[in-house]
Formats: sequence, C-alpha cells, structure tokens
Amino acid sequence: MPVMDDNNNETGIVLTDEQKRRRRARSIAIALALGALVLLFYVVTIVKLGPGVLQRPL
Amino acid sequence: MTDITAVDQNPRAAGFAISEASVGDYIALMKPRVMSLVVFTALVGLMVTPGHLHPVLGFAALLCITIGAGAAGALNMWYDADVDAVMRRTSRRPIPAGRVLPREALAFGMTLAIGSIAVLGLVANWLAAALLAFTIFFYVAIYTMRLKRTTPQNIVIGGAAGAFPPMIGWAAATGTIGLESVLLFLIIFFWTPPHFWALSLWRAEEYARAGIPMLPVVAGRAETRRQILLYSIVLAPVGASPWLLGYAGLLYGVTAIVAGAAMIGLSLHIMALGDEDEGLRAAKRLFGVSILYLFVLFAVLLIDDLLGAPGRVLL
Repeated sequence: MPVMDDNNNETGIVLTDEQKRRRRARSIAIALALGALVLLFYVVTIVKLGPGVLQRPL
Repeated sequence: MTDITAVDQNPRAAGFAISEASVGDYIALMKPRVMSLVVFTALVGLMVTPGHLHPVLGFAALLCITIGAGAAGALNMWYDADVDAVMRRTSRRPIPAGRVLPREALAFGMTLAIGSIAVLGLVANWLAAALLAFTIFFYVAIYTMRLKRTTPQNIVIGGAAGAFPPMIGWAAATGTIGLESVLLFLIIFFWTPPHFWALSLWRAEEYARAGIPMLPVVAGRAETRRQILLYSIVLAPVGASPWLLGYAGLLYGVTAIVAGAAMIGLSLHIMALGDEDEGLRAAKRLFGVSILYLFVLFAVLLIDDLLGAPGRVLL
C-alpha cells in the first residue's frame, strides 16, 4: 500500500507543487477560521455574561 | 511492473484521493452569491425588530445564518453534482470539475450546518436555531433531494427555504415569530417564482437535458410567462403589505408600489414578445430587475426603519 510521504519519491505518493501549495492554503484558512471562532466565543461570552463570568461559586 | 508504477502515480486509481481543492473552491461550495442575499435579508429581519440585540450578538447571529446558508449550498452541490455536470451554468462547480470530492463537500456541509445551528442556539436563542435547522433541512432534503427533480412546482415550494432568513433574523433578535417577519417571508416566497422562471426561460434546454422538470420544460414557455405574470400580480400587493398594515412608512410604500408595478410591467412585456430573441432578452432583463426589486425593497425597509418608528403614515 502506498504511503503518503512528501520526501520519499520511490514508495509514496508524491504531491505536486500545486497540491502542496493548495494544502498549505487550506491549512492556513482552517487556522484562521479556528482563531476567529476562539475570538468570537470569547467576545460573545463577555457580552452575554459580562463581569459575572468571573463571579461564580467555587 | 508498469501497472504498479501507474497506480503509485495515480492516487485516485489506488483508492487514494489527494485533494486538489483551493480555499476558493470551498467558498464556491457555499454559493457566495446566494449567501449575500441571505445575509442582507437576514440583516433587515434582525434590524427592523422592535427588540434590541447587542451588536456583537447580532453579528454572531448573522454569521451563523450566513454559514448555515453556506452549509445548505454545499449540501445542495454534493447531492446535485450529477445534474450540475450536464448544465453549462454549473459544470464548472468544484465537484463536477473534479476539484472537490463529493464526500469532502458532504463533510464540509454537515460540519457547517451542525456548527452554525448550535452556535446560533447558544448565541441568540433556540427558536432561531430551530428555524435555521428547518431551513437547511427543507432546502436539502425537501427541495434538492425531492422537489427539484420531480415537480415543476419545485422552486415555488422550495422558495420557502430562501424566504426564511429574515424570519430567522427576527427570531434571533426577539425570540418570537412576529407578523412582520411573516410578511418578509411572504415577499421572498412570492418573489422566487418570477425570479427563477425568468432565468429558466432562457435556460430551458439545459434544464431539459439535465432532466429537471422546470416549468418551461414541462408546460412550455408560454405557460411560464403566464405564471410569471400571475405571481408578479400577487407579489406587488404582498410587497407593499408592510406599509399597508402600518409596519413601514410612506417611503417604503411608494417604493414597493413602483417596484411592484415595474415587475408587472416587465412580465406583461415578456408575454407580448413571445419566444423570439427579443423575448428571451426581456426575460433576462426581468431576472436582473427581480434581483434589484428584492434588494431595493429590503434596503428601503431598513432605511425607513432607521428614519423613524414604524407605524407612521408620513415621513
């Protein structure tokens, strides 16, 4: 079974430069989307709960 | 030995599939042009409410509605890839073009759908989330999987899916379904048939080739033009109804009447011209004007609301 390996030209699937470029672009887009979600959840939490977010019984 | 080399160099033949999709392909899966209309109508639904929603929560709710619409678009493209491949207008979409695998589109659409519904429920309320879930279900399971391929009334009934966004926006802000949001729903619902049938008048051959029973394919262009006129006649008073019922001001009322008259006038015009080239050009013009109609009506409704409290008769 072929193994996906960027550095092994003999046994693995070799990605073309274009495929590598697109994979990198997809990875960056996913990272940005996740970062934006973290920021959104943070801001929404502050807006919905206000200062009360830190005032809870332990 | 040659075969093994060929398999090694052809991942798809070996059961592997290296994604060749760009970020743009995934954006295309979400049908950005449809999304833009959804954003706009949902924004108006959210803004004209008597209630108040914090701007951050409003933005988050709008984002969820937009992503939900994108999810419905991706799932539509996943299911319709076979039909899209035979129509010129859609043959370059990411799945028929081979850049995105159907299972990738399915996973993408489902992830966005579940995520947007859950976040809308947490950010706004669960009524809005339920409406968004129903909209996605209706568009994918009822329209795409059933109506589109079985009845010429596909876009009439299926149009409900596109009509829900302002109602979802309203529900996100108020937690209720008010009569005003129902009116906004009805405007888009009655706007959809003349809009899509105008498009189908000059795309009839493509729809026939793809086996889609659009009205011009099943009942002919003459009947389609008649139906466009009938729906435009219904649309005009429905479009003016927020003003007639006292929810919008005179600015909106005058705009709706003029725009409604323009739609009826163009519908009469394409009836008079028939199947000639000039008639098809007029259908294209009606298609363009119908987009403008909806945009102008909702924009003026928003302006009207920003200018003062609804319910007044004079500016």
